[in-house]
Amino acid sequence: MKMTRIGLPAALLLTVLLTGCGGGISTSSENTLVVFNYGDYIDMETIEMFEEETGIQVEYEQYVTPEDMYTKYKSGGIAYDLICTSDYMIEKLIREGEALTIDTDSMEYYDNLDETYLEFCRSFDSDNAYAVPYFWGTVGICYNTEMVEEEVTSWEILWDETYANQIIMENSMRDAFLVPLKFLGYSLNTVADLELREAQTLLMEQKELVMAYLVDESRDAMIAGDAALAVIYSGDATAAMESNEALDYVVPEEGSNIWFDCWMIPASCTHKENAQKFIDFMNREDIAAMNFEYVYYGTPNAAVYESLDEETKADYTIFPDEEILEKCEVYQYLGEEAESLYNQLWKELKAY
Amino acid sequence: MVKKWLEKCYVGLIFFLLYAPILILIVCSFNASKSRTVWGGFTLHWYTDLLQDAEVMAAVQTSLALTTTSAVVATVLGTLACIGMAAMSQRKQQAVMTLTNIPMLNADIVTGIAIMLLFVRFGTLGYLSMLAAHITLGVPYVILNVMPKLQQTSKSIYEAALDLGASPGHAFLRVVLPDILPGILSGFLLAFTISLDDFVVTYFTKGAGINTISTMIYQQVRRGINPEMYALSTILFLTVLLVLWVVNRISAKQVRETRV
Amino acid sequence: MRKPWRWMNRKKQAFLSGPYLVWAVGFIVLPLLMVLYYGLTNADGGFTLENILAIGDSIHLQALWQSILIALGSTVISLVVAYPLAYILSKKQGERSGVIILMFILPMWINFLLRVMALQMILSNTGILNAILSFFGLPAQHLLYTRTAILIGMTYDYLPFMILPIYNAMCKIDRNLIDAAADLGAGNLLIFRKVVLPLSMPGVISGILMVFIPSISEFAIADILGGSKILLIGNVIEQEFTTTNDWNLGSGLSVVLMIFIFVSMAILNKNDAEGEGQMLW
Repeated sequence: MKMTRIGLPAALLLTVLLTGCGGGISTSSENTLVVFNYGDYIDMETIEMFEEETGIQVEYEQYVTPEDMYTKYKSGGIAYDLICTSDYMIEKLIREGEALTIDTDSMEYYDNLDETYLEFCRSFDSDNAYAVPYFWGTVGICYNTEMVEEEVTSWEILWDETYANQIIMENSMRDAFLVPLKFLGYSLNTVADLELREAQTLLMEQKELVMAYLVDESRDAMIAGDAALAVIYSGDATAAMESNEALDYVVPEEGSNIWFDCWMIPASCTHKENAQKFIDFMNREDIAAMNFEYVYYGTPNAAVYESLDEETKADYTIFPDEEILEKCEVYQYLGEEAESLYNQLWKELKAY
Repeated sequence: MVKKWLEKCYVGLIFFLLYAPILILIVCSFNASKSRTVWGGFTLHWYTDLLQDAEVMAAVQTSLALTTTSAVVATVLGTLACIGMAAMSQRKQQAVMTLTNIPMLNADIVTGIAIMLLFVRFGTLGYLSMLAAHITLGVPYVILNVMPKLQQTSKSIYEAALDLGASPGHAFLRVVLPDILPGILSGFLLAFTISLDDFVVTYFTKGAGINTISTMIYQQVRRGINPEMYALSTILFLTVLLVLWVVNRISAKQVRETRV
Repeated sequence: MRKPWRWMNRKKQAFLSGPYLVWAVGFIVLPLLMVLYYGLTNADGGFTLENILAIGDSIHLQALWQSILIALGSTVISLVVAYPLAYILSKKQGERSGVIILMFILPMWINFLLRVMALQMILSNTGILNAILSFFGLPAQHLLYTRTAILIGMTYDYLPFMILPIYNAMCKIDRNLIDAAADLGAGNLLIFRKVVLPLSMPGVISGILMVFIPSISEFAIADILGGSKILLIGNVIEQEFTTTNDWNLGSGLSVVLMIFIFVSMAILNKNDAEGEGQMLW
């Protein structure tokens, strides 16, 4: 062992490194709130403001895909008080009895929410009893006009061999399958074995052309010009377009997915009072505006929307035309059987 | 000497390749542009932001506390285990060593998942589960470093000390401990390094709202790394480098003096 | 292992291992039993071998095969790169040897995810490597999100684990032995083959272990540098636990991976019967 000479330096090094660094483990007090949200999906300052105003200490956790969230929640290792997640996942949790009703009547700012969007939400939460919308958006194609000469209108371009190794696909099961499903003219909520297998065959063919399957990283890759086309969420597209003027975004003519991310209180909640306070706080106009500025997805908050300037309101990336929205579907929970078929098809796609 | 020259080039090349990515991280920490690909001019504001970012500072604190505590506990456990093992029969010793090798030979993902399953079933995930996991990762490195040193320790000097009237405890402290101290220290250093660099095991065993530097970065990998991370790494890297350099100067001096 | 010997009352001294043994049972044995339990049961808690046999599923076989290929690849490349390096470094032992070792450990103090991100910046289509290539008028290379990228990433990350044990083993070689061989008229090549190579074998074996084991189960590097296009066994297990929510299957595959690693280790150690067995560092 030649480590002898390392030992001494190491010991000294550590003493230096560690002086001035105390325990550093925050002890959890009673007045807390464990929040579980998508990554980078809130202006952290609003959380600090919430903590200051209410004295409630927020423990904030993040996840990448709804499936990740579900698994982590189900493991029971952590008792979450409040979760922000997507439509079909909320439906699944409601069906499994994992959601608690939210007392919206007692909320001060619930009326800020636009009735149009509450209507949309009824497709997965029939009485608006379990979910309070946070943001909404679409899935579409972000493309680099310097690399793609033609105008992009259809999902078909994602199978164009000219763009081999320049295509980024969504690395999230349902968002990946929606592309061939919509291209084939099927509903994205189909559970038909044949239709799903047909979609998978198309995805397999496409894999040769795909540069990578990414979720959030696609934004950076598009900004850097690493890829020509990316299947992406509308908010990521807006953010990318701000940093790189050559980028544009389109919701293909065959239609796509319109999604809703909502706050819901899971059965594991031990601080329901605090969770309700947090949801209400999120609906307050100034807070919702801050988060809109930060996240830049469609806001269901009418008060915030009204206060926007005309240019932002006209931004077709965040607020698409009605005729496009009409062609978009909200995801529904497909049931266990279809879910395991999805899992199997997805795994096959990745493995070969 | 062409051969000498070639050898130097080779060593230089490997060092360059090993350090090139780190160099890039350091350069990025001074880049005013948030993008990885555009140079937006020189800035120090990631460094000032870093110190004010409560989330990052919390992760740094957790990492350092976790790493230090786990390395210390692992060192104590491991050293005691070695001393104890020295008094065991060969077969018992072999059995303990096999047990010790398991976390080293096992894939990190299996170790992490195994400990997660344990805590999910019989407790909750939190700081303690992370700590337990890190200690478990570290102990084998301590044992594998201390054990050989212990076996090399000369028995006769210890017995001489006893003959001269030292109590066993005293003789141990004065005779045996200095001999095995380098092993203990390098074991500690390794346990510390392994814990600091670990991502996989922490990822599976961490609790809500607690992040180490590793898990915080993993979340950011998806959204684009906050340049503050580059600044943090640069600070960490340069501190280590500086301390090593100073200590090396001191110990080199000592070596020279003892030779005189 | 040498003969055990002791400093105090034998029983009392052996007792010092107690805390560690308790710890080992609690946090090594018990967790593994949990994995085994999950692996051998189905969602309803009934006994089944399905999760273990699931490795025979062609998806999992394919993933395992890819993992083996990449792990072997990175082990071989690391060995080829590290061996001459360790040899060169071991020849100039002296005051600076401690520093040299530290130079190899130092990169590990930078978080490995960040180092992998840096590699991503180097390898991407608009990255540094391609900028250099185009500067010299060479064609751009599509490297990021390929198998090669994963291989580069793993080799880069685990190279120090190969260098250190080989270097340690070489430093232990008695210089007198080499001198004696030279005195007896052996050429450099012969000395290398008959003295250096065999005596450095324990280091090589532990180096192989230290690189092969982590790289066969790796999932984060494959994710970041492989663009999720290549499914490794580590990814499958990770996804069963984090995404698909089938812990039983994930545990079953973990058990298989564990057995696979232990069997490979046993084979490797058999070839190293005279070696010191447990010298990883």
